[in-house]
Amino acid sequence: MNSLVLNEELSQLSLLVIYAAMAIFTLAFFVSGYHLSQAASTKDKNLKTVSVLERVALALALLGTLILAAGVIMRGIAAARVPWANLFEYSITGALILMIIFFISIRAKEVRILATFVVGFVLLVLGTAVSIFYVQVASLMPALQSYWLVIHVMVALLASGFFSLAAALSVAYLLKTANWVEKGKTKGIRNFKKVMEVFPTKEKLEQLAYRFNIVGFILWSFTLIAGAIWAERAWHRYWGWDTKEVWTFIIWTIYAGYLHANATRGWSGKRAVWLGLIGFAAVVFNFTFVNMFFKGLHVYSGL
Amino acid sequence: MSSSQRYESPDIGLTGWARWIWRQLTSMRTALLLLLLLAAAAVPGSIYPQRSADPNGVVQYFRNNPDLAEILDVFQLFDVYTSVWFSAIYILLFASLVGCVLPRTQIHFDALRAEPVQTPTNLSRMPVYESTASPKGLDPVELGKNILSKQRYRIAQRGDSISAEKGYMRETGNLVFHFSLVGVLLAVGIGGGFSFSGQRVLAEGDTFVNNLAGFDSLSPGTFFNPETLAPLSLTLENFEVDYDFLNKTNIGAPLDFRATVTVRTPADQKGTTHLVRVNQPLDATGASVYLTGHGYAPEITIRDANGDISYSGATVFLPQDSKMTSIGIIKVPDNLPEQLGIVAFFYPTASELESGAFTSIFPGVIDPLLSMNVYTGDLGLDSGIPLNVFALDTDRLTQVAGRGTENPGLEIKLGETADLPNALGTVTFDGIKRFASLDIAYNPGQFWVLLFSLLALAGVIISLTTPRRRVWVKKLGDSFEVAALSKRDDPRLEEFVRELTKAIRNG
Repeated sequence: MNSLVLNEELSQLSLLVIYAAMAIFTLAFFVSGYHLSQAASTKDKNLKTVSVLERVALALALLGTLILAAGVIMRGIAAARVPWANLFEYSITGALILMIIFFISIRAKEVRILATFVVGFVLLVLGTAVSIFYVQVASLMPALQSYWLVIHVMVALLASGFFSLAAALSVAYLLKTANWVEKGKTKGIRNFKKVMEVFPTKEKLEQLAYRFNIVGFILWSFTLIAGAIWAERAWHRYWGWDTKEVWTFIIWTIYAGYLHANATRGWSGKRAVWLGLIGFAAVVFNFTFVNMFFKGLHVYSGL
Repeated sequence: MSSSQRYESPDIGLTGWARWIWRQLTSMRTALLLLLLLAAAAVPGSIYPQRSADPNGVVQYFRNNPDLAEILDVFQLFDVYTSVWFSAIYILLFASLVGCVLPRTQIHFDALRAEPVQTPTNLSRMPVYESTASPKGLDPVELGKNILSKQRYRIAQRGDSISAEKGYMRETGNLVFHFSLVGVLLAVGIGGGFSFSGQRVLAEGDTFVNNLAGFDSLSPGTFFNPETLAPLSLTLENFEVDYDFLNKTNIGAPLDFRATVTVRTPADQKGTTHLVRVNQPLDATGASVYLTGHGYAPEITIRDANGDISYSGATVFLPQDSKMTSIGIIKVPDNLPEQLGIVAFFYPTASELESGAFTSIFPGVIDPLLSMNVYTGDLGLDSGIPLNVFALDTDRLTQVAGRGTENPGLEIKLGETADLPNALGTVTFDGIKRFASLDIAYNPGQFWVLLFSLLALAGVIISLTTPRRRVWVKKLGDSFEVAALSKRDDPRLEEFVRELTKAIRNG
């Protein structure tokens, strides 16, 4: 006989902690945005203030990450299992993983400059999680009681984290190379162009995006294989074109196309960057719409 | 069109055209377009229900949108992944892949045997380039050669320069990846042909014999041979479910399903007992047994007016909700004055609603109740058309008990007996068993699919993380030059050249 003990009070507390993390992330977002605008407009003499601003923004983001980590761990303890078994938990753990990957990567200063994008995206994910995806702690349905839950979902979240950072770099690339920005006519656009000049060169952005996408692609391939192994154990077949399997396949294929595009004359550069972003759009679609509205065996959103 | 405007194309003949088409097909651009097309073509299969994954969904779709469904069906949108157009795309993609990879394999084999390329005359044109004074009294080319050979570069010395290459694994990994994908496709196709999966519902105490007649339904592959079914029988000894009683917000959630089964084979007549759970199938020789569903099978006995038994046994009731309100159909064609049909509801923990109807409020058995609507007349069993055992065709039946008739529906508690209307006899609720839905499946291809998938994964990791480098060191009077070139992305190339230069400089 199972004797599972859920701790709903701790789960409520975990939610409060996540709200606190969001508050800190919001601060980090504004300071980081302010840093970008200062860096764009400053002359050399103010460089010190600028780098202080950047450090404050990153410190706030780090604080937010630590608080978020506490919230995620509390949620796991409250549910007496890994905190990634429904859409709410995927989101908070996914946001945490993205922040961790970000902080591991910021040794490269080209990644550091993405702080505004990344923190903004994490805020969006957490906001959606607490407002739309929230569910109380519940036991794991028997179909999810497998160590493959730990592996398969964790690797999928890691892959999504790398894809997200690549997407942030790609967006920066597109903003930097967009015609309307380069030929900016209004004052607003000219100022925006100055902000984009703070970002690395377009070659560097493209190259970094490619590297993050490569790691994401490898992890996604592993997610697919691990999912098939688990599907064989749980559902008697390794592949059955379940909606979630279909979308995992679609995402894999788009990113495979992206890798080919980078080696195809006439397709590298802007077109490849767009392809990578289409892949990321498919990741987001799979995570939200497919989880919530599509019929299939992966009905684990908890909603 | 006037003749002066006509474009005169050279007559390349049939083989010329074939060669042209093949070259187009095997070009990178075509591969890319086919990949994107494949991704797009997979989308409709997630929007419309598929016969393979969700056959009931397709039936439902035809019922709700009959006209649209007809049209969609013409375009095979309910069988996307076996459709002509989806198959065409992936077959073309794989043709393109093979056509691209085979010549590359030849080129790679040649490259593996060839010497590193000539040192370019003007090294400063290379993407990474350094030049500095040579160390006193030492030969920079010799030093570079020592360092690079320790790093397992392949080196060719030509006069005052060396040309070194490394990273052949990049292309090796790439080729392994692509060939493994062909392996995956073949293993999926051939394995699927020899596979089968069958479903069987077993109440506690029932036995399944692994032959064609033993399955409730069977989906065999094209080359499946029933003779190859392993000679075994499987008895469901008992089935246990743990529900959450403890946590207020989680009450009634299933925590564990356990099927205890005994498997007997000719070599093991006494049988061996196993535990089958979700995520923990039983791997027998020639087939695995998976637990895919469960429910209640109340034991019901129907007697005629004389007290002689006309129906008896555990009847499978299909669960309708998470609290296990279940519906069962009982058909008694013989041994009674009239044919009898019953639509029965089972509530493991019954609770009466204000309307007087019942519902179950907990999925476990706490206060069980059976309620029944009774019909008499013609069950339609003699028409020869196979009927769904989980549905009662009431067209030629008359309802004699239950809502809308003068007799109330029967309500029977465990162990009790109720009278059938019109003095037809009695119904007794003897006991409650559980049933398990089992999938018995075998796919000889899946081992190979996994093997090739892992090979492909290894190949792509090696290919994407190994830089393919060409490095040159050249002596120019008292100084020396170092230059390097990399195929595609190579994050550490600059750092590498800088350190190599420094190492040579310092002797």
